[in-house]
Order: sequence, then structure tokens, then C-alpha cells
Amino acid sequence: MAKKRITKEVYLKWYEDMLLWRKFEDMCAGLYIQQKIRGFLHLYNGQEAVLAGALLAMEKGDKMITAYRNHVQPIGLGVDPRKVMAELMGKKDGTSHGKGGSMHIFSKEHHFYGGHGIVGGQIPLGAGLAFADKYQGNKNVTLTYMGDGAIRQGAFHETANLAMLWNLPVVFIVENNGYAMGTSVERTANHTDIWKLGLGYEMPCKPVDGMTPEVVYDAMHEAMERARKGGGPTLLEIRTYRYKGHSMSDAQHYRTKDEVKEYQKKDPITHVLDVIKSKKYASEKEVKKIDDRVKALVAECVAFGEKSEFAPADWVYKGVYAQEDYPFITD
Amino acid sequence: MRTIQFREAVCEAMSEEMRRDEHVYLMGEEVAEYNGAYKASKGMLDEFGSKRVIDTPIAELGFTGISVGAAMNGLRPIVEFMTFNFSMVAIDQIINNAAKMKQMSGGQFNIPIVFRGPTASAGQLAATHSQAFESWYANCPGLKVIVPSNPYDCKGLLKAAIRDNDPVIFMESEQMYGDKGEVPDGEYILPIGVADIKRAGSDVTIVTFGKIIKVAFEAAEILAKEGIEVEIIDLRTVRPIDYDAVIKSVKKTNRLVCLEEAWPLGNISTEITYMVQQHAFDYLDAPIKRICTADTPAPYSPTMLAEWMPKLEDLIAAVKATMYKN
Ligand SMILES: Cc1ncc(C[n+]2csc(CCOP(=O)(O)OP(=O)(O)O)c2C)c(N)n1
Ligand SMILES: [Mg+2]
Repeated sequence: MAKKRITKEVYLKWYEDMLLWRKFEDMCAGLYIQQKIRGFLHLYNGQEAVLAGALLAMEKGDKMITAYRNHVQPIGLGVDPRKVMAELMGKKDGTSHGKGGSMHIFSKEHHFYGGHGIVGGQIPLGAGLAFADKYQGNKNVTLTYMGDGAIRQGAFHETANLAMLWNLPVVFIVENNGYAMGTSVERTANHTDIWKLGLGYEMPCKPVDGMTPEVVYDAMHEAMERARKGGGPTLLEIRTYRYKGHSMSDAQHYRTKDEVKEYQKKDPITHVLDVIKSKKYASEKEVKKIDDRVKALVAECVAFGEKSEFAPADWVYKGVYAQEDYPFITD
Repeated sequence: MRTIQFREAVCEAMSEEMRRDEHVYLMGEEVAEYNGAYKASKGMLDEFGSKRVIDTPIAELGFTGISVGAAMNGLRPIVEFMTFNFSMVAIDQIINNAAKMKQMSGGQFNIPIVFRGPTASAGQLAATHSQAFESWYANCPGLKVIVPSNPYDCKGLLKAAIRDNDPVIFMESEQMYGDKGEVPDGEYILPIGVADIKRAGSDVTIVTFGKIIKVAFEAAEILAKEGIEVEIIDLRTVRPIDYDAVIKSVKKTNRLVCLEEAWPLGNISTEITYMVQQHAFDYLDAPIKRICTADTPAPYSPTMLAEWMPKLEDLIAAVKATMYKN
């Protein structure tokens, strides 16, 4: 696929998408405090450019899989955000009918393969999706996301070797947001250049600035083209930052408020808006229109989630097996 | 007597044992600088330093295996899993190495190690974060498995586990860390493999362990108002199991209900049921009942989760069923 030009339309879409993701997550935080969302809740604030750049590089049938910080990726891929919100609220109209919750969003229709709660567990799955594409002669690529913490799991290292050995059409994307819970990258290894982990496998690899979607797009396009043309896997270390705590109960003693502020100066949404303004891609009025649209959509998500009901309790036995009359033990 | 939280009992047990024996160390994710994901190792980095309170990357297989190796070479590791769900990444090292080493080496290498952390559900955390693997580990010869239900038992049993010369799985609960209970000043050790009668009663025996015992206490109070006195046996250890305590109680009450937060197939209740019919068949006045979780992965939504968890009303109904009442 030829490289796309980053046009006015792209910038405007990026702005609207990223703003939606940000406001959606902010709303989730609020709903969590109201106890309408429970369990763990991991927000994507600050990391939006990593997704925006990737989405532009994706073609029809390309796949994505990630960990538990996973509310907005499916939305970016086309899943109805109202259904994602309903899932977060545990409701019947949610993407998993309320069974998966915050850490487990899936959409077969939109090629979003989850939403995984065990750190590193999704990494071999991502390569497996790619294996199946190659096996079936599809020209698709799988984006396999993981955190800076997750790449320390054996699952990555075994998968990296196999993906190279079998030349799989997969891009491994480390979203290096500086921390795995309270553990900074410096404290997890003897070096901080995560991308270099590709070198031992002779996997093409490099660091990428993750605060600007243009840069992410370039790197993604290059890696996905390579994979699509039979050139095998790539490892990208995309350097980004998480603004919020790890989950909702995190006192964040491991970093300073100033550090957070430093990164917020490079905020991807502000950056895109600056481009829009300086290139006069939209008037203030038009930007305001986008803002209002986003606000209204987020409000609709909440209304939809509130209105949807909890699935009947006995749905606990539904959809566990493909075999519909599976004989569960009930006494 | 003074009252402390469950998490403080964990911390005191580890700290006292580390003061006593410099071969003991604590290793796991967020155990040092963060003071433990659930603050169960609060202050330990300050006291013992980073040589002995060791933060790890997210690499359960690696640090579990490294600790088994260290145990083969003179150390007495305490390995914390942030939750036992994540021990699945490391289970090969526990089952194939820690549990087997003594026997395979013809008795040469014992593995004095403790694997500890929270088990089972803790609210709406869904399928991968709500699992109870007590019966999985208990099934494996070579391991011992302890599941305390209050701060007193926790401290005494954790100290015993750390001093034990075999590998011990020690399972706590996120939902117990804040629980308070009486714990004496000074040192005490509780024996591994001994059950405790947490409530004496004459009508029906409830056998249980771990945090779900709270449901048994609730049921007992409600049933007492109806004149039914249940005896609650807290197994405390699920390998080895104190079968004698259970059988003795059943011989007294002639009725047994098992309560367990775990999937039903082949769980601890199943095992208890087998042993009781084997050794107290003639004493039973009613079929044994068990109340466990649903036979499915844990769901997220509150309504489905309530259905999935062992339920108070089911427990009460089961007790009454063994008395042919409703
Ligand atoms: C196998 C496993 N171990 C530990 C955990 C607990 N845990 C959840 S998220 C997390 C940190 C992961 O950090 P990172 O991979 O950098 O992703 P981020 O949260 O920054 O997106 C940990 C330790 C888990 N879910 N699974
Ligand atoms: Mg991270």
C-alpha cells in the first residue's frame, strides 16, 4: 500500500477520534467514582497518538490485539462506543454482555482480538493471528501491542523467536509509557532501550516517538508494509506516557507531578489541534462543533449504558462453550 | 489483646522470620519500593534493604524458577505473586521443579520456599483475575498448601511455612487484607495441617477455608435464630488435610456441608466428601452437600457475579436440606 498523505481530513479525524477517546476515558473515571464501573480500570490518557497513527496505517482485515488498557482501541476500529461503555458498566448490551468488563473488550466484527488481563498473555496470540493469516494466504498484518512491563515476560521472547523463524506478518508494538504499575523501565532491566530486544532475533526494530501520530504512522506504515510483502515481523518501541495512575487505586508515589506535566506539554491532542489551527484546517467554530459532537457522544454512551439492563443471572452459563448444551455441574 | 490487620500479620510474620534468619528473602512484583501491591510488605524494604526485599520485573516464570534454584543452594525464599492468577505463568517451576526436587534427587535437595499472595475473587475482576487454584496445588504431591482465614492464623501459619523445609503455597485474599483480628504480641507458630473449629455446634458441620468462611459465619448466625447450631471447621491447610477433625465433627453432627470458593469438579469439597463417606459412612444421616462457585469462568457484571459466587441462601438451604427441613 502506498503511503498516505496526512491531509486536512486526517488531522480533523485524528482530533475528533483522540478527543473522543480522552473524554470517554475521563467519563469512565467519573463513573468509577460513582461505582457504576467496578473492578480494575486502566485508562489510555496520554497514549492516544500510538493508536491514531496505527489506525491510519491499517488496511481492511488487519488485526489488533492488546492488554487490559483497551477501551478505546475497539472504538477506533469502529466498535460502537456505546457498547463499550455498556460493557464497562456490566450491562447486557455490552461487547461481552457484561461478562468481560473493563479488561476484556473484544470485537470479532472489527478485528479487535481483545482485551487481555494476564500481562504478556496476548503476545503469542497476536503472532498466532498472523500465523493463521499467512497460512490462509491473507495479505493481512496483526498489530500486537504490549506494555514496557509485559515485554519482560517469557511469552514475548519465545514468540519473537517463532515469529522470525516462521516469518509471520506481525508488528510487535511496545507502548513504553514509562511504568509498569509502580515500576519504572529503568528498574526492570540493565538498559532502557527496549527496542534493542529485537536485535538478538535479527528482527527489524527501532524506537519511535509516540506523542505525535504522524511519526507513529510512518513507523507503522513501514513495518506493516514489510510484513505485508512477506518481510516478517518488526519490533517498535513507541515512547509515550500514561497521564493517569495505573488503575484507579494508585497513589503514584513513584513519580512527580512535574514529570506528568512535562509530558502533558507534548500532548498529542494539543499537537494535532495546533496543526489544525496553524494550517487553518478548521475555524474555531468548526473545532467547537467537533468538541460538542464528542461531548454529546460521550453523554450518549453513558445514557445507553445506564439504560441497558444487567443480563439475567443465569447467563453465567451462556457462551462458555461452543457446545450449547454443555452439561455444567450445578450441584 | 491487640488487634491488627491481616496485611500486618503477613508483614510481621515475614519480618520476624527475616530478622531470625538471614537466608530468608522476599521477592516479587512491587514488593519493595511500592510496599506491596496490597501493602503487605510495608516498611520491609526500609528495614531489610534491597538485597533481601527484591522488586522484580513482570517475569513470574523467571523469578519463581530463580527462587527454586536459590532454595537448592541454601536460601529460603518467599516469592510473592501479586495474585495467584499470575502464578499460572510460573506453574511449571512450581509443579515440575519445586514439588519434585526432593523426591527426584533421592532426598538430596529439599526446597524450603514459600509462594504467597492473594487467591480467588476480589469483586468484579472477571475471568482471569478471580480464580481459586487451591485444589490445583493441593492435588500435587510435594507441595503443602495453606489458606488462612484470619490474621491470627495467618501470622502463625506463615511463620510455620517460612520455617518449613518443603515448598509451601500460602494463599491470602485481597478482600481479607483489611480485616482486623486479635494477634498476640510476641512469637507463636501454628502447626501446618491442623484444622480449627471456628464455631462449635451440634447439628450440622460446615467444612470450609479461606475468606469464604465469612459466609459460613453469616449463615450460622441466621440458622442459630432458627435453632440450628452449625459447627464450622476451618481447614486452614488443604494439603495435608486434617481429615480427623472433619470426621470427628461429622460423627458428632451426622451432617456435612462443604463450602468452598472454587469450581466444583475435583475440588477440596469433593475430596472431603470421599473421605467422609469412606470413614464415617454409617454416621451420616443425610447426603453431603457442597456449595461452590458456578462451573464457569467468573463473570464481570454484578448480577452474574452474585450468581457465580457461593451464595448465603444456598448455604442455608443446604444446611437445612441435610436436616430435611426447608
Ligand atoms: C502475569 C501477570 N502478572 C502481573 C499482573 C499484574 N499487573 C497488571 S498490569 C501490570 C503492569 C503492566 O505494565 P505494562 O506492561 O507496562 O503496561 P501498562 O499498564 O503500562 O499499560 C501488572 C504487574 C498481571 N495482570 N499479569
Ligand atoms: Mg507501561
